[in-house]
Amino acid sequence: MPPELTLVAPVDEQPVDEAGIVDAIRDAAARREPLHIEGRGTKRPMLRPVQAARALSTRNLTGITLYSPQELIVSARAGTTLPDLEAKLAEAGQGLTSEPPDLSALLGTEGPQTIGGVVATNLSGPRRVAWGATRDHLMGVRAINGAAELIRSGGRVLKNVTGLDLCKLIAGSHGTLAVLTEVTLKVLPVAEQTGSLVLRGLGARRAVAALSAALGSPFGVSGAAWMPAEAAARVPSLEGGGDTAVIRIEDFAPSVEYRLAKLTADLADFGQADRLSHDVSIGAWQAIRDAAPLDAPPDDAVWRISVRPSAGPGVFEAITAAGARGFLDWGGGLVWVAGAPALHQRIVAAACLGGGTWTVLRAPDTMRAAVDVVPSEPEALARITRRVKAAMDPHAILNPGRLYAGL
Amino acid sequence: MIAQPPSKSDVIARRDEVIAGLRAILPATGVISEPLRLKPYETDGLPAYRQTPLAVALPETTEQVAAVLRFLHGMGVRVIPRGAGTSLSGGALPMADSVVVGLMRMNRILEIDYPDRCATVQAGVTNIGITQAVAGEGFFYAPDPSSQLACMIGGNVGMNSGGAHCLKYGVTANNLLGLRIVTIEGDIIDLGGHYLDAAGYDWLGIMTGSEGMLAMVTEVTVRILRSPEGARAMLVAFDANETAGRAVDAIIGSGIIPVALEYMDRPAIHACEAFANAGYPMDAEAMLIIEVEGSVAEQDWMLGKISDLCRPFAPLSMKVSQSPEESLAIWKGRKGAFGAVGRISPDYLCMDGTIPTGQLPHVLRRIAEMSTEYGLAVANIFHAGDGNLHPLIMFDANLPGSFEKAEAFGADILRLCVDVGGCLTGEHGVGVEKRDLMPYQFTAIELDQQRRIKSAFDPDWLLNPSKVFPLVDAPAVETPLAA
Repeated sequence: MPPELTLVAPVDEQPVDEAGIVDAIRDAAARREPLHIEGRGTKRPMLRPVQAARALSTRNLTGITLYSPQELIVSARAGTTLPDLEAKLAEAGQGLTSEPPDLSALLGTEGPQTIGGVVATNLSGPRRVAWGATRDHLMGVRAINGAAELIRSGGRVLKNVTGLDLCKLIAGSHGTLAVLTEVTLKVLPVAEQTGSLVLRGLGARRAVAALSAALGSPFGVSGAAWMPAEAAARVPSLEGGGDTAVIRIEDFAPSVEYRLAKLTADLADFGQADRLSHDVSIGAWQAIRDAAPLDAPPDDAVWRISVRPSAGPGVFEAITAAGARGFLDWGGGLVWVAGAPALHQRIVAAACLGGGTWTVLRAPDTMRAAVDVVPSEPEALARITRRVKAAMDPHAILNPGRLYAGL
Repeated sequence: MIAQPPSKSDVIARRDEVIAGLRAILPATGVISEPLRLKPYETDGLPAYRQTPLAVALPETTEQVAAVLRFLHGMGVRVIPRGAGTSLSGGALPMADSVVVGLMRMNRILEIDYPDRCATVQAGVTNIGITQAVAGEGFFYAPDPSSQLACMIGGNVGMNSGGAHCLKYGVTANNLLGLRIVTIEGDIIDLGGHYLDAAGYDWLGIMTGSEGMLAMVTEVTVRILRSPEGARAMLVAFDANETAGRAVDAIIGSGIIPVALEYMDRPAIHACEAFANAGYPMDAEAMLIIEVEGSVAEQDWMLGKISDLCRPFAPLSMKVSQSPEESLAIWKGRKGAFGAVGRISPDYLCMDGTIPTGQLPHVLRRIAEMSTEYGLAVANIFHAGDGNLHPLIMFDANLPGSFEKAEAFGADILRLCVDVGGCLTGEHGVGVEKRDLMPYQFTAIELDQQRRIKSAFDPDWLLNPSKVFPLVDAPAVETPLAA
């Protein structure tokens, strides 16, 4: 299939309710016709191109269906935009704990993303290192499988082990197993205050040692990143300081003061720590969340490598030696990488050397269609993957090829 | 007794062959077949249900587990995975034609990595064993089910165990990085690793809480966390469940998430106080145990704020612990709750539903009415922050029909949980106990979807096959399209 057909398929179906999604999938299943599944299309450039001539969007399934701040629970239809959802939560001083990133700048797309898209891609921000991923806060889903059946899993309570946890299986499956129509999330109060410590002039290895000490402290660190000088220079509040490590505390105001002071003392061996005030800290972490420190021109590919944090510096050195650029989040455990598509094998080798895993987040079309965008699985697991896919999408019509070629 | 699928007569007929095959794989002490020695494996933490298995296999390595499963798969023998046998839902109940594969001999801690804040252990390490191994360096493993002294991490993964502190720290699923699993076909597969967010489908997510139906877990990599500087508890007593419920709402609504927020009703308070002499308020209808963490100054600040939030609800008493010893005393009663109820009643059933927390007063009122109808006393313990309700139904198994009555009462409570928007089980799992209630929460289509996921891992339905799903109306197992 020619790439121009697959990249920006017109959105043919934009049902306004769940029944419309069911109908669209039933029709497609009857015709054995693959569907490109999306919300508002802000993540189309991710992973592999979908081989489908028609697209089905959940963008018109909008609205918050349940919000109970005292129960820390919110339900929203899949097409609800993240800004709309976050604005509603902010009225009660709450927010999404996993801090989902806005990667539109990185992906070259426009407009707000949907909560369904965030869950389907299981994208999480810096707070993930301490408080878990988006899937960790997903309490329930309504979704339509590839046989046009409504599948509910989980519910609207915080603790639930009733039956197999299809919520987690569907989260992060990139629309290949089912089409989300509604999600229910655990929410938490937004911290009264945020503060950060900045350590400058530390190379990757020394910085990750500092980040590990901070994350291994009793002080509840909720963000720990390191940027080489040129990456830090892309964050307005951090520019000009050379290589930069940032450590975040979010809590009630007295606790932020106390904890930053204790951390400053504990990390004295790593040099003088400067502080970022509440507002500056929020801005800096938003930039880190959205991968702003990464210099990724349109012709470059972008990889996310997940490793044991102490292996992060070695991976960083290997990717820079290969000619790519990057920075570290999650205490060293997340390596953001940008570089020429031709570097793919060397980036993968660097990830594997660190005992980690990798994802091609974005790449030029020719590369996306040609390489694996996530590691291939050993045959025993690949067999289970094929069976799970068949169990949820028996006619293989939901986002075929998005994650793995031929699936 | 509990219904089981028909035994495979051909397997029972080949019992000697099965045992001989297991003996060829495992050391002599690793295969149990003598009736007397099979006794301890007849049941688990739900002793009302019993069944002697064909045999018990006790492998010591992942490779032995793989060889055992490959052999049993080839023979068409059903497999019951077992850890410490502490399941409260009958998750480890054997079948007459099954081999119990117990992992209690796989009890080694393989790696502790403090800089990366993770530990890799074999499935038979106890929950508390992980914390004990890392406590010297000031770390802990967060999920803390009540059975943590005995229960094993492999079983915690199987049941997605929670505990009293999961409001802040999450349940097992939120604290896993990697698993080594063995499929029923004998393949060894590593899922995840020592990193966050593995690529591909969320295998850790679907494995956790799958009740031993998808694969056997032999190694687990968990996140370990640095312990807080300190923790302290307070007790607040109220004259009505409604008032206590509103106080919980006020605390959560203020932005404070205590590390634990436990709720006991009057019968639970009385049972626990008689057992632990913890100084619980005997005149109260409801009592909260609230725990906060941090430095002493942070504890003071937060407990003061919580006291201020509770005061408008005219508590009968508020007692802020002044020392770690006092906090321990406060917790002693709560942690001994099951034992305490065991002292005042010959037998009890511990139920485990979850409800939206705002429904608590209504649900407690309905439970009290049902208690009168059934003529059985009940004490309620509630993880108030997350809505997980543990009614302890008291009965006397020596009275004919008493157990059946308690079961029926329990089932009514769980249906009530679903009716108010909750679920059948918050942390104990479905097992055999709640299997037949599943259609109350799920549609036939949803149950079949879950069954097809099981089939994807275990096409012949040999792994813990009589659990979780109702036996009636089970569709014939279809072989998935792709192989």
